[in-house]
Amino acid sequence: MTSRSMPDASYVSHADLGGRGGFGPVVPEPNEPVFHASWERRAFALTLAMGATGSWNLDRGRATRETLPNYGELTYYEIWLAALEKLLIASGLVREAELAAGRALDPPAPIRGVLTAAQVPAALAAGSPTTRTLASLPKFAVGQRVRARWEEPAHHTRLPGYLRGRIGVIERIVGAHVFPDSNARGLGEDPQWLYTVVFEARDIWADRVSHRVSCDAWEPYLDPA
Amino acid sequence: MDPAAHAEEHSELSEVERRVRALETLLTQKGYIDPAALDVLIDTYQTKIGPRNGARVVARAWVDATYRRRLLEDGTAAIAELGFSGRQGEHVVALANGPNLHHIVVCTLCSCYPWPLLGLPPVWYKSAPYRSRVVRDPRGVLAEFGVTVPATTEIRVWDSTAEVRYLVIPERPAGTEALGEESLAALVTRDSMIGTGLPLAPNRALGPDGTLAP
Repeated sequence: MTSRSMPDASYVSHADLGGRGGFGPVVPEPNEPVFHASWERRAFALTLAMGATGSWNLDRGRATRETLPNYGELTYYEIWLAALEKLLIASGLVREAELAAGRALDPPAPIRGVLTAAQVPAALAAGSPTTRTLASLPKFAVGQRVRARWEEPAHHTRLPGYLRGRIGVIERIVGAHVFPDSNARGLGEDPQWLYTVVFEARDIWADRVSHRVSCDAWEPYLDPA
Repeated sequence: MDPAAHAEEHSELSEVERRVRALETLLTQKGYIDPAALDVLIDTYQTKIGPRNGARVVARAWVDATYRRRLLEDGTAAIAELGFSGRQGEHVVALANGPNLHHIVVCTLCSCYPWPLLGLPPVWYKSAPYRSRVVRDPRGVLAEFGVTVPATTEIRVWDSTAEVRYLVIPERPAGTEALGEESLAALVTRDSMIGTGLPLAPNRALGPDGTLAP
């Protein structure tokens, strides 16, 4: 038996797909358009514009999408739309009844700012870098062997399930970055050292394959091995 | 498709269309959004930011060895030299393919993708089949794209789990010694910068709109 702990049923991500089977072949679409329907364009832009109001952060947005109970049945922009509605309600910016009515029933809640058309180019060009300064030094060195933690936390995290418990090698120290596990829960940015860790595929699946897979892992995801 | 199924699909589309319009009206009435900003956002990703950006970076790296060195050392700074930066490309790492090394990029947890260089990701990149399988069976997935990589070539799959965005720099095709930077950029397909494709041969360049002539 392994020491793998049972995940808390209160947080279930439906988006952790790496290594899973049963989804069929990849079907590329020749000369694919950027959007497939006009509503997709609007849902995309609404999500970016509301993100710019500062009412939630990127990690909370991802957590909201991956925990939608019907994630697997929705198309990509249906996921964006459902998550946007959920975030708006959870943040107190709109009520269910207003979504149903399609119009405002209450006065607006305060937001940090509205993204204007004139501000869009500069806002996109600036983006939101996640590098931060950190007083501590990185715990791991390039070339060091590390084991990705087994325990699946009961909250948003960015360590894929297929790498849990596996041993890899630190390839690069990326820098100190905002820690999604904390940021998604409103616990602050809590910056941590981020590493590129490389794994042999045959150590992950015992397949007769020779390729290597890497992920970017924050220090709390790793133990010395 | 039978007419009933078609009607059902149609009404479902109308439903989501209605939902998005209602949401836009509501958020506009609340004063949370500027509808004109939505138009600019859409226009940006439909007409300004797309794989032609990444192709310019790759072509520059093919013709300019010192740029290539800077690109591999600090991708973010090197793409900024060509005017590319920002949202979903704040931290860029360029991965050079070689005769014995082939890189492939994925985001198994969501859909992380280098927007300033490649635009918004295609449906297949965001789909469960690609995200689930490419980490475990990259050669099988490459076969579905019609790409065969020699058995002696090492395959490296990059799972974009943090805010680092990866750009594959494919190998410059043979027979392109006489081509200038602009002609070279027309050989660089989107998929060749993800790792699920290879650049075009010099007689099959992309048109100005970034698509292949039939």
